[in-house]
Amino acid sequence: MTIEIDNLRIAFGDRKVVKGVSFKVAKGASFGIVGESGSGKSTVLRAMAGLNNEWSGRIAFSGEDAPLKRPPAFFRKVQMVFQDPYGSLHPRQTIDRILSELPLVHGMDRIDDRIAKVLSAVALPQAARFRYPHQLSGGQRQRVAIARALIAEPEVLLLDEPTSALDVSVQAEILNLLADLRAERNLTYVMVSHNLSVIAHLCTEVGVMIDGNMVEQVTAEDLRLGNVQHAHTRELRSLSVELEEPA
Amino acid sequence: MLVEINNLKIGFPSRTGFHQAVKGVSMKLGTEKLGIVGESGSGKSLTARALMKLLPKQTVIEAEKLAFDGIDILSASEKQMRTIRGKRAGFILQDPKYSLNPVKTIGSQVAESWRTHKGGSKRQALEAAVHLLETVKIRDPKKVAASYPHEVSGGMGQRVMIAMMLAPDPELLIADEPTSALDATVQAEILRLIEELVSERGMGLLLISHDLPLVSHFCDRVAVMYAGQVMEELKASDLLSAQHPYTRGLLNCMPSLIHPKERLPVLTRDPEWLK
Repeated sequence: MTIEIDNLRIAFGDRKVVKGVSFKVAKGASFGIVGESGSGKSTVLRAMAGLNNEWSGRIAFSGEDAPLKRPPAFFRKVQMVFQDPYGSLHPRQTIDRILSELPLVHGMDRIDDRIAKVLSAVALPQAARFRYPHQLSGGQRQRVAIARALIAEPEVLLLDEPTSALDVSVQAEILNLLADLRAERNLTYVMVSHNLSVIAHLCTEVGVMIDGNMVEQVTAEDLRLGNVQHAHTRELRSLSVELEEPA
Repeated sequence: MLVEINNLKIGFPSRTGFHQAVKGVSMKLGTEKLGIVGESGSGKSLTARALMKLLPKQTVIEAEKLAFDGIDILSASEKQMRTIRGKRAGFILQDPKYSLNPVKTIGSQVAESWRTHKGGSKRQALEAAVHLLETVKIRDPKKVAASYPHEVSGGMGQRVMIAMMLAPDPELLIADEPTSALDATVQAEILRLIEELVSERGMGLLLISHDLPLVSHFCDRVAVMYAGQVMEELKASDLLSAQHPYTRGLLNCMPSLIHPKERLPVLTRDPEWLK
């Protein structure tokens, strides 16, 4: 699924949060958005997912303009994964119940089968199926959140800081999983993060946002080499590079 | 020695038995910057909290020695602890949003902390508060003093917390993940500020963080913790070339901007580490 965002503007009341953002993502590619808190990066993602109706401009998937109110079929194609797996999983539902919600809503068949398959796709033991979220570790919970998105058999995954609540050791496992899933299923990713190294690892192209504007779009390769134009990109890059170098 | 910890053990009785969270940790701290790094659940925050006796009642704490400037913490009374907490040792927590009182102005909170430890009139305290806010490089200290916590940014909130901690001129500053809720650019500023204040005032600093590169740049020495034990203690500048397989594992599994990796190596945990 190709994604086109054209002159996207979002305001909450009088406060303009996103001031005309445009970018394109090819089918099977992954696009990263970096920026500091309040730059509007998550707001862009939420508007794409259909979680916010107060936007103007153009959001198109596979060349088709997305309407303000998305039809149910849209959510089979586009799914989102949130930052904090603890906050986004129902504490009193078992993993089985959490994963069967979407197939039930969409009237899908072979639900039992689908859950078993999706659990193994995210490398969770089948025994996790009848546990509650609090009985799983942070990394396992994020795997459940990814499984919940995958069970819709989507073509696009929108990832909002999927690893920033995790330890680096667990982050590595989740990033590897996301890379494998994209290769296996030809998924298209849009990922939001404040961590430049994480974005450059998973995404081939990166958009830098500041104060509601996407001030620069570069390839991950150019970002690594330092071929960047905007002062803010340069600042974020040098902070990231500084930490990597030995003291 | 400002802080001496020898064979510290912390455990919690639970519904199903007893959980030993910290299993024999020893470290020493003088007027220097000591970092504690490790994954979540490794016991780094518990160690710092035990030092200030800030753990829940049912916690079982044992140690051969747990001392702050020669005072035995384990046998200290609440009254004695109150002369240490805040006054001689300041504690900066992760998220200023949860540490500041939302219904009081910033100025009055900093003033309260000053007055508790130094006495004086309300007006003197408020003047001192504005001066403290200036010390932590807030550009318009009068305006910020009159603001409420929700009216300032996260970085500003953290500066306010630091200003409050500085009020009684403490000898030790404990910072538990002071910058993990902040943006990268703000993080650098806050750390620089802490560094300046610590070296200017000759304080000891205990910095707790999960971010290895950050600690290696910022501290003098680092203790690496895993599952309630100290895996190794080394000079901070040597951290990125550490030898212990756990430290190496943590460093390797981080994505890098300059040295891209096709696939991230995953940490394999060895039960041998815990022997």
